[in-house]
Amino acid sequence: MSVKKQRRDFWSVVSWVLLLIFLVFLIYPVGRLLIEAVYTNGQFSGDAFRKFFSKPNYYNTIFNSTKIAICVMAASLVLGIPFAYFYSFYQLKGRKTLFVLCLLCTMSAPFIGAYAWILLMGNSGILTQMLKSIGITGLSIYGFGGIVFVQTLKLFPLVVIYMNGAFRDIDNSLLEAAESMGCKGVDRFKRVIMALTMPTILAAALLVFMRSFADFGTPVLIGRGYSTFPVLIYNSYLGENGTDYHFAAAVSVIAVLVTAAIFLIQRFASNRFKFTISALHPIAPKEASGLKGVLMHLYCYILVGVALLPQIYIVNMSFRNYRNAVLQPGYSLVNYRKALEKMLVRSIGNTLIVSVAALVIILVIAILIAYLVVRRSNVLTNTIDTVSMLPYIMPGSVIGIALVVAFSRKPLVLTGGLLIMTIALAIRRMPFTSRSATAAMMKIPISIEEAALSLGAPKLEAFVKITVPMMSSGIISGAVLSFVSIITEMSSGVILYNNNTITLTIGTYSCITSGIYGVAAVFATITMVVTVICLALYLKFTKLEDVRM
Amino acid sequence: MVEDRNYTNCVKEGLISVSVTISIRHAVKRYGSVTVIPDLSVNIREGELFTLLGPSGCGKTTLLRMIAGFNSIEGGEFRFNDKIINDMEPGKRDIGMVFQNYAIFPNLSVRKNVEFGLKYKRMSKEDMRREADKFLQLVHVDQYADRMPERLSGGQQQRVALARALVIQPDVLLMDEPLSNLDAKLRVEMRTVIKNIQKQVGITTVYVTHDQEEAMAISDRIAVMKDGVIHHCGEPKNIYQRPADLFVATFIGKSNLIQAKLKAAGGKAVLAFQNGYEAEIPAVREEELRDRDVTVSIRPEELLVQPCQEGSDAVGLKATIQDSVFLGSNTHYFVTLETGEDVEIIQESEIDSIIPPGSRVVLTLKAQKVNLFDPETTLSLMKGVKNSTGLPAGRDGQ
Repeated sequence: MSVKKQRRDFWSVVSWVLLLIFLVFLIYPVGRLLIEAVYTNGQFSGDAFRKFFSKPNYYNTIFNSTKIAICVMAASLVLGIPFAYFYSFYQLKGRKTLFVLCLLCTMSAPFIGAYAWILLMGNSGILTQMLKSIGITGLSIYGFGGIVFVQTLKLFPLVVIYMNGAFRDIDNSLLEAAESMGCKGVDRFKRVIMALTMPTILAAALLVFMRSFADFGTPVLIGRGYSTFPVLIYNSYLGENGTDYHFAAAVSVIAVLVTAAIFLIQRFASNRFKFTISALHPIAPKEASGLKGVLMHLYCYILVGVALLPQIYIVNMSFRNYRNAVLQPGYSLVNYRKALEKMLVRSIGNTLIVSVAALVIILVIAILIAYLVVRRSNVLTNTIDTVSMLPYIMPGSVIGIALVVAFSRKPLVLTGGLLIMTIALAIRRMPFTSRSATAAMMKIPISIEEAALSLGAPKLEAFVKITVPMMSSGIISGAVLSFVSIITEMSSGVILYNNNTITLTIGTYSCITSGIYGVAAVFATITMVVTVICLALYLKFTKLEDVRM
Repeated sequence: MVEDRNYTNCVKEGLISVSVTISIRHAVKRYGSVTVIPDLSVNIREGELFTLLGPSGCGKTTLLRMIAGFNSIEGGEFRFNDKIINDMEPGKRDIGMVFQNYAIFPNLSVRKNVEFGLKYKRMSKEDMRREADKFLQLVHVDQYADRMPERLSGGQQQRVALARALVIQPDVLLMDEPLSNLDAKLRVEMRTVIKNIQKQVGITTVYVTHDQEEAMAISDRIAVMKDGVIHHCGEPKNIYQRPADLFVATFIGKSNLIQAKLKAAGGKAVLAFQNGYEAEIPAVREEELRDRDVTVSIRPEELLVQPCQEGSDAVGLKATIQDSVFLGSNTHYFVTLETGEDVEIIQESEIDSIIPPGSRVVLTLKAQKVNLFDPETTLSLMKGVKNSTGLPAGRDGQ
């Protein structure tokens, strides 16, 4: 009996430690954020909220962000679903390349697209010049339209990847059954295919909304007066008028209320579609021939091209000659030399340290949570699971502010170091990794562990040697994706960084804001190179057909 | 032939385990307020292949997992020989377990799977490899030793699971519905493999299944369970021919149940059916012999069908053929008795013709084979029921 008790104790210790970690690094900062929002000088007051709702400049940011996120969500679905349909149901030429390019689009840093479009269609962009020379003016990348345009191009591939997974789960016999009952063509697409994939459509829609809503880089670069809430948080924290924690905290609280509402609406909607499908006979793609085929190819390739080409243009720009931030003819490595002076090496180093550390933390915690939730489900472990999902509805800038508010004072001062950036990133990606780890854990039959125990393996060894490796195939691909999004993350980092803890993305941003475009292109290019390496790694571990996010 | 000699040597080299007797006394299993096993005692002899058989939910897997140590024990005593194992960790009990879904580690090669348990036996690398090879050969998967499990068929995976369980030289082999994931043909093949290997190794084995034919084919003894209670524990032949109660009679094989009366006529037991047909039953226990109601359990092959000529005075149960199914060596008849009871009959197929549906027939009993039960207690009234959860008489070394 004593042996058994010890065994139980080990996992309950793990549960309590995890709970403590979440209390200190998640619940405490969120609590401080709430207090900061409603207390002024130790006095309970609604000052910050009153200020927010007093000026259109302020309260419009939330409306703007929501409006943008909804438009981006709609546009991504409209562009992405047909793309995924063509891709899954027809044998497009070069479909593998097409899919890899889609993956690359979603993986690349959010604001690099925005920066590329400035180079192309900004005030002195080459497309703007070309259009001017043939007499077209007034087309600008700045403002509402530009933000929606750039974010949609970045996020529609997510819909494609989600939907491709869902389409692959449709059993061909379902389609044949529909056809045998006279349901064909557009009708079949609506009544059968869309209906079967509704849960996935809703999931993709939510993800796109959250990403767009929380995005800091795009609106800050091309918003030009069209202000969104992450920009407002950033400005009130680091604005010309000095730091205003109260106000930043209040805006954060309001932003989280919006995301929580959207999250609940999505939950409510998807509860109506509770079913699971899995295909015994997956759909065999048909040949895409004739005019229809040509149009499908054009649609897919042009879309991916428009999404990706600007970023490739950045690579080109990184090799161009600049003098005092003015473009000169010819190519050289001058930008790279300047970038080295601008802490390129330190940025790369910091990026790698922070992302590797964050990834390790995320993986360990996610695996432990998965085990606790699946194998030792009780009130405590379920609480931990729910708490770990909380960051899903917290935009990056909100997490950034919460950490600053909590850890720039006693008893625990962490600001200004790499640690706090690591914590921010770990918190942000935790829900995604913990979901995929739990899903992987669910697939492992308990008898596998029992087999190891019956053969004499100690409890912990059975977990480390058998359970964890079996989860790994499900986790590794998720881990690579997490790694990429950690590297390309900016919204929380931009609040927490200083000169010593600068990372690649923040380096890019600070170069852009300082107007040294050539050097910014170098930072962006390096970020992209890292992304491509991760993509290659990811594809090594994951079959293209099985890509899920 | 060389292979054969190696194989024999392997057997000589100590595949034979030191086996143990399992004794379970007054075992209790509760999940919360639900009692799954109220009070169960059974003894399993060393080297025996003992099967727990019963419908799903009868507690057979629960009992097996209590022996293995994966389920807690709420009461009673579990012993391997004289050692009480109630509170021992599964890994300390010296058991080998084969799971329903094989539970092969998918991240390890076949050989690594088999070597897995040896790592906890403080064995040198060479010894481990030798032992693993020996058992891979025993189950005939040595040619796949370096493959990953996903590239093996279900039957091969099951063989690996068996080798992995046996290689650690356990005292007891526990098998939880090991064949239920295989297709019908492979199931028949693998049960022979399991039985032969178990006999070669001579290890005490507890085998769980819900398939009564599988249990018959493989077991030395069977415990038929329902609702956590052993209804009949004995050899397969006895369970089939002299079931201890009505549940066992209907669960093992097909039985037709007909209500009738027993009459004691001068020390002889005479069974009287409602229509007046009488048959003498030789094996009724004396103490049960009196005038009383009984439930007659008649297996389909224990009835003889004769066409009923109009006006003939053939004695027997009168019935009408509803349907007939020709299955090659046998023909099944589905008939309805005069009393309205439906009865199934199996006859050896005759060359001339199948009796067409609608025909009137007369059925007679093979009186030595039928079983009589008390309709109230459902217990058997027959001689020759061997139902004991105690240790059976010792077996010679062979």
